[in-house]
Amino acid sequence: MSPLLEVKNLRIELTTRDGVAPVIDDLSFTLNPGETMSFVGESGCGKSMTALALMGLLPEKVGRVAAGNIIFDGEDLSQASDERLRAIRGNEISMIFQEPMTSLNPVFTIGEQIAEVLRAHQGLSRKAAWAQSIELLNAVRIPNAKSRVSDYPFQMSGGQRQRAMIAMALACQPKILIADEPTTALDVTVQAQIFDLLTDLRKQTGAAIILITHDMGAVAEMAERMIVMYAGRKAELGPVDQIIEHPRHPYTKGLIECVPHIQSDPSLERHDLVEVPGIVPSLREFGKDQCLFASRCAYLTEACLASRPTEKLFANGQSADCWHAEGL
Amino acid sequence: MGILRTILLRVVYAILLLVAVLVLNFSLMHLAPGDVADTISQSMGGADQEILDEIRVSYGLDQPFIVQLGRYIANVAQFDLGYSFFYNQPVTKLILERLPATLLLVIAAQIAALFIGVVLGVISARKPNGLSNYVVTFLALFGYSAPVFWTGILLLITFSLNVHWFPVAGMRDVTIEGGFWVHFIDVARHLFLPAVTLGSIFLALYSRLSRASMMEVLGSDYVRTAKAKGLTSNQVVYKHALKNALSPVITLAGLQFSAVLSGAVLVEAVFSWPGLGTLAFQSIIARDTPTILGILFFSALVVIIGNLLTDLALRLVDPRVGGQK
Ligand SMILES: Nc1ncnc2c1ncn2[C@@H]1O[C@H](COP(=O)(O)OP(=O)(O)OP(=O)(O)O)[C@@H](O)[C@H]1O
Ligand SMILES: [Mg+2]
Repeated sequence: MSPLLEVKNLRIELTTRDGVAPVIDDLSFTLNPGETMSFVGESGCGKSMTALALMGLLPEKVGRVAAGNIIFDGEDLSQASDERLRAIRGNEISMIFQEPMTSLNPVFTIGEQIAEVLRAHQGLSRKAAWAQSIELLNAVRIPNAKSRVSDYPFQMSGGQRQRAMIAMALACQPKILIADEPTTALDVTVQAQIFDLLTDLRKQTGAAIILITHDMGAVAEMAERMIVMYAGRKAELGPVDQIIEHPRHPYTKGLIECVPHIQSDPSLERHDLVEVPGIVPSLREFGKDQCLFASRCAYLTEACLASRPTEKLFANGQSADCWHAEGL
Repeated sequence: MGILRTILLRVVYAILLLVAVLVLNFSLMHLAPGDVADTISQSMGGADQEILDEIRVSYGLDQPFIVQLGRYIANVAQFDLGYSFFYNQPVTKLILERLPATLLLVIAAQIAALFIGVVLGVISARKPNGLSNYVVTFLALFGYSAPVFWTGILLLITFSLNVHWFPVAGMRDVTIEGGFWVHFIDVARHLFLPAVTLGSIFLALYSRLSRASMMEVLGSDYVRTAKAKGLTSNQVVYKHALKNALSPVITLAGLQFSAVLSGAVLVEAVFSWPGLGTLAFQSIIARDTPTILGILFFSALVVIIGNLLTDLALRLVDPRVGGQK
């Protein structure tokens, strides 16, 4: 099966006050049709930047794809014209954002915002697009869709807004749905509902999903494969169950140990919460030819500071960028 | 239901406000030296104390202040603003004759300033280093610093006296004959320079505010969403961003309404525009108290109505205003 999306040696540079820094450095991965792939990693490691690059929406004048290819359905998006990208955005690749409270336009009705996508890409009439938005709101389980469709965003809760965003993103039955921390801003019960919804919709539509999240539970439940990112670089990639069972990168190991476990008997002594010691290097240090995790790593050797680790491939499909991957 | 209630409430407030304006104006005028009797006697070429007293009695000026005030308010409630002895006409008639000219000038200036200001603001927000940015900066500097009468005279000399593109003064050419459109074009030609002059101050204000507002909106999450939907950049800017960026500009325009009206007084003087401003000017010089009071009353009325309209316009662009429940 040929992959739906193939990212090859992607490098994204940001022009900041301190000069040019690679927020994403030499990232390669593939996404198969219908597959769910998860991106995890600490704040600031470039997950959102990767997503925006796939959409062709890097911040103007600040970010650019400096090298590499983004091949979608045989077409290199990093070379595509604005017009071509517009035809793909919201149609074949669509995205839902981290901030449901501010991502919907406050002065248009939900229905109008959904219908607009259908008119733009499928050429539906106003009436047909409106009817279709009601269907879509139903599909994302907003009760009373028929009357809620003419509500404004400020009349909806955060969870409902995110559902509306999902309806908007799925309106044209995209091949890829990028969900950038879709539940970070929501409370726990709503988070679970949104993940359930995404799981069901994925079954119905067959869309591939790129799920960016901090929620390891959601990763385990929803994704087949995952990429662990660290400071703009891939740390580890592979099938979710394999990685959770046997992480090959010290950073992944740390991340997995961080997940607190709920105890069924509250009288038992609690495990201490674990954290990965140290902090992410600043953007300025992203380009260095060494392992960027070195300063926080328990397995540090001279090799780690001498040069950037190369990718180690394992038979089970796992791969890790660490000099000590085999020994871990 | 929501909107009707609000309008009703605003009308009640407006009436209270108008009564307050009436009381204040009347008291101020009462404090000032000279009264109607003086005006009448002047127009008769002077009069002795006996005749003056007689006039005062016949116009109720000998009554206590509070009675005069009450009578005045009662009269105004019936749209009777008194009688102007200087013009020998009822004040209401006098004002209603002049009001349309002023409204035309004020509204034309506001609309032009708003429209051009917003367009300039949007263009310069999209291209922060483009030519339009210099235009906006220059206009802002010019609009803030140049006095209205100076701008007016400058335009008058350049476009009316030197190149004869526009008429020098007044609102219509009485020698012109023809149908509606002939007169329409005639008035439009007379209107052009005064409206540009009056609008220039506010154009600067509006273009700067819309640029700032637009830049903020263009960086917002929902504009990113609009781009992510695959809309064209014109759709993103003129549909999604503009409607949001307009609210502060409309609010400002509403607040400026009274300033535009007082600016109109000066502009009317420069261009001999036959409106309330010219009337106010003449009646102040002639100490024509009833007319001055009437003009003040009507100005307050116009400002209050302007604010009400602003409120309604805000509701149109932003559903959150007034929050339906
Ligand atoms: N517009 C911008 N201008 C300059 N730097 C930026 C801009 N947007 C993001 N960055 C920087 O790029 C880096 C990567 O940001 P990104 O948003 O991709 O992180 P992330 O992995 O999505 O984090 P989070 O989990 O917090 O969403 C960060 O260091 C951030 O400071
Ligand atoms: Mg992010």
